[in-house]
Amino acid sequence: MALLELLRVSARYPGATGPVLHDISLCLGPGQLLVALGPSGSGKTTLLNLIAGFVAPSAGRISLDGVPVQGPGAERGVVFQDDALLPWQDVLGNVAFGLQLAGVPRAEREARARQLLALVDLAGFERRRIWELSGGQKQRVGLARALAADPRVLLMDEPFGALDAFIREQMQELLLQVWQRTRKPVLLITHDIEEAVFLATDLILLAPNPGRIAERLSLDFAQRYAAGESARSIKSDPRFIETREHVLAQVFAERLRRSA
Amino acid sequence: MSSLDSLELPAPANPATSTEHRPRREPSLALIGGLTVAGLLFAWWAVTSAGLIEPLFLPSPQAVLARAWRLLGEGYMEASLGQHLAASLGRIGLALLAALLTAIPLGIAIGRHRLVRGIFDPLIEFYRPIPPLAYLPLIVIWCGIGELSKVLLIYLAIFAPLAIATATGVRSVDPARLRAAQSLGASPAQLVRHVILPGALPEILTGIRIGLGVGWSTLVAAELIAATRGLGFMVQSAAQFLVTDVVILGILVIALIAFALELGLRALQRKLVPWHGQAH
Repeated sequence: MALLELLRVSARYPGATGPVLHDISLCLGPGQLLVALGPSGSGKTTLLNLIAGFVAPSAGRISLDGVPVQGPGAERGVVFQDDALLPWQDVLGNVAFGLQLAGVPRAEREARARQLLALVDLAGFERRRIWELSGGQKQRVGLARALAADPRVLLMDEPFGALDAFIREQMQELLLQVWQRTRKPVLLITHDIEEAVFLATDLILLAPNPGRIAERLSLDFAQRYAAGESARSIKSDPRFIETREHVLAQVFAERLRRSA
Repeated sequence: MSSLDSLELPAPANPATSTEHRPRREPSLALIGGLTVAGLLFAWWAVTSAGLIEPLFLPSPQAVLARAWRLLGEGYMEASLGQHLAASLGRIGLALLAALLTAIPLGIAIGRHRLVRGIFDPLIEFYRPIPPLAYLPLIVIWCGIGELSKVLLIYLAIFAPLAIATATGVRSVDPARLRAAQSLGASPAQLVRHVILPGALPEILTGIRIGLGVGWSTLVAAELIAATRGLGFMVQSAAQFLVTDVVILGILVIALIAFALELGLRALQRKLVPWHGQAH
């Protein structure tokens, strides 16, 4: 099973004085849903770009199953904030795109894509055009596309950030269902505290200037959802509220420290 | 009460103006355009049949039509109208094909690589604003007066706008889409084939439209060089013998072809890039 490791990773942008990320170490293994939560400027997206291989770290090591990460690759699937789908292909073509790049024959890749569309509740949308979809549907296509290439880890960059609150809650539950069924390790970036606490098995709180890990928490709300408890019951549980308030306090404490 | 008054105020303000704002069916643009053309034709017919203008300067529409009929059959300067047309379309077609095969790959390279951009940008920007007629003599000195010079001149006219449009299109491809394809395992060649080319296609098609427009207007200049066939040659030689109806006919055919090319490319654009202009 897949194991993603970051060892003392730092990143800086050319020309910038300070590092964007400083000394980040973390592990992501099977059955984990790691959420990186932080305000803007804390380097969340940079963290994801490092792991995806879009940018190279200035120091430290990133490896997947012991193999160093060098550039983007199909073994690390990415779901983007703005769907990044290809409008010149229909929904099925987009989901099958990774398999097409890998040279899988048409019939086979389309059968696989249909299965994944069913997994994200979009059966029947195969021949739709991308611009005919709603924001939530596009994100589901993006998720199905990333899963179709059968990556070993799934990276999600604020995937629900642009959706309205109602759709966002639906998508969070859908993600937990998909995560439970595929058992793939997931790294999710967000700035939404409730989303982070609800989804994370492991939560890291990022602090800005330079981006670093301020706190690590192990949570079990995602497992409770996977075990069959309803989202409403979890989110109204005093323990959930307490955790959420604790994380909120941490974020505010960090902000006060900076302004002081 | 005062708040209610202010709420009601705008509605019944003036019954006379409110009827003016009732939506009315606007006459379509095609209808207006059609009326303009019909009016122009009528004016042409009226002034010529009233004998106000010497036929040497402006022959009547009937005379031009009759000449068109004869040109289709017996032709002018040993070639029928169809043959003149085929010669011109053949030249611009060949030039366009050569431009597509060279300008699009070069445009992609310019859009993708800083080094290539640095090398070719100044060259293209330098020759692009020069009117083709200005460098025509040089082409004749270098390449002679054969078919090559004519096609080369049109080719150069199409090349610059097409290469520039392609490079612009390539640079405007959404970086998130490139990253998405890379994280699905796309090789550099697959990136070009599946993301960059379709992403730049709207700009490429616009470049072809602009290029064909410039190329077609360069055609007449190109056919001044010792041509024996072609619409430009036909107009040019008819002018020397003061055969005004052939001149007018040639101009009309040149205009109609340009119009048809433009409409055809617009239709192609709608068909090939239906996502262009869609909010997504």
